Amino acid sequence: MRPFTFERVTSPEQAVSAFAAQPRARYLAGGTNLVDLMKLGVETPEHLIDVSRLPLDEVATTQEGGLRIGANVRNSDLAAHPAVCRTYPALSQALLAGASGQLRNLATTGGNFLQRTRCPYFQDTSAPCNKREPGTGCSARDGVNRDMAVLGHSEHCVATHPSDMAVAMAAYDAEVEVLGPEGARTVPAAEFHRLPGETPEQDTVLRPGELISHVTLGPPPEGARAAYRKARDRASYAFALASAAAVLAVDEGGTVRHAALAFGGLAHRPWRARTAEEALIGSRADAESVGRAVDAELAAARPLSENAFKVPLARSLAVTLFARLAENPTSPAGT
Amino acid sequence: MIPQRTATSSTLTLHVNDTAHTVTVDHRATLLDVLREHLDLTGSKKGCDHGQCGACTVLLEGRRANSCLLLAVAHDGAHVTTVEGLGDEERPHPLQQAFHERDAFQCGYCTPGQIVSGVGMLCEAAEGHPSHATPAEALGHSTGAPAQLDRDEIRERMSGNICRCGAYPHIVEALEDVAADGLQARQGSERGSERGSEVSA
Repeated sequence: MRPFTFERVTSPEQAVSAFAAQPRARYLAGGTNLVDLMKLGVETPEHLIDVSRLPLDEVATTQEGGLRIGANVRNSDLAAHPAVCRTYPALSQALLAGASGQLRNLATTGGNFLQRTRCPYFQDTSAPCNKREPGTGCSARDGVNRDMAVLGHSEHCVATHPSDMAVAMAAYDAEVEVLGPEGARTVPAAEFHRLPGETPEQDTVLRPGELISHVTLGPPPEGARAAYRKARDRASYAFALASAAAVLAVDEGGTVRHAALAFGGLAHRPWRARTAEEALIGSRADAESVGRAVDAELAAARPLSENAFKVPLARSLAVTLFARLAENPTSPAGT
Repeated sequence: MIPQRTATSSTLTLHVNDTAHTVTVDHRATLLDVLREHLDLTGSKKGCDHGQCGACTVLLEGRRANSCLLLAVAHDGAHVTTVEGLGDEERPHPLQQAFHERDAFQCGYCTPGQIVSGVGMLCEAAEGHPSHATPAEALGHSTGAPAQLDRDEIRERMSGNICRCGAYPHIVEALEDVAADGLQARQGSERGSERGSEVSA
């Protein structure tokens, strides 16, 4: 690991000023991913700005009846928060499907959005990787690509975003509040991460020096039910091969009023399935309609040599999720 | 005006097992490094050093955490409990006793991390934290009441601790024994939050 200087800040504004003075800096919160990447030599900051003690550790109810979550709220606390368990069950389920008990106690809401891909070539400094070192090439595209993207990838990068939490946040239309040198702004969670295109080194739309301060959830649609499902190689403590978060509201006649679907493990960002959602609104949430809607979404998939299995896997996750949510419309959480 | 910082080491105080230690460390040092190399507390093990195996688990402010991923400099003033702080040969922690009685280890390398993680896990369950194994219906009606720990719950909640010998069946039994007695779990929690006196390392 490279030597680095260190400072602790006491306000988000001070953090942003500190970054402006030390552009080769990184913000440090839970550190579960950053410290690991520093050990691997993937991240080589010259300066760390410790934001872990900033007073951004509250979950507050908003005037609209939603939640405003401080960026420093730990994943374990957010998952166990009664309002999240009751009103945003897919978020709680997604958080609990990620990492381990120890890691969830450290990892923060803001940091979870900002974790980097677990592509093995990105983490291996001896391998070419356009995300780590632009212009060196992509080792994964024709390498071991079983875990890689099937949607939205480019010739430059086929990495996936590893977060579970961000998938649920995208399905719930969460908004990410950031503070930067030019002030505060808000970015929809579903648009916070980028597709790789020609600049895979940029995971998100954050500008240099911007700091996540809060994540805001609006009240879920009336009568909506939601759930998160994750497929992985072992029952616990593994990244998703594919995952899905779904929010569904149907009227008394069984017609879909609101449908949100986001996939994890399929792309460089949580994949909000807008095509499938549009097809579902006004239809019935039965297996046939959902299957047809999801097929329309996944028609855009371009699997690599080893990961074609992800397409039917994602389809099955989504169909099963919606079927369960449609079964018992009175309970907020899917089973 | 922000002063230009040049130091790559800092002096900080860590409250470990009820004792305060003031140490000067390179910013690159993890809490695990400081425990083992500066404070001679070698119970916490460096298994993978990447937060994947759980052998380095300590209680940080009473909550379990991978000490290999904690930069010591960011935890100035923190209260830490290691396996050495849970109990000793004369007065073992109930979970240490249960591991002994259930023969819940083979080579023993992962055991300190398993035990500290187990103590943290039992506290989380007592505080009503759900897990991935918690049924969705129960999650939706979360009341904060203590979580009931069956084998599936224990296995899920302990998945951050890897045992290469595969002693899992006995580890689960040891945890079941202690989970059945909520009082013992609370004793562990209180120990984890005790405060101690100042000394220099």
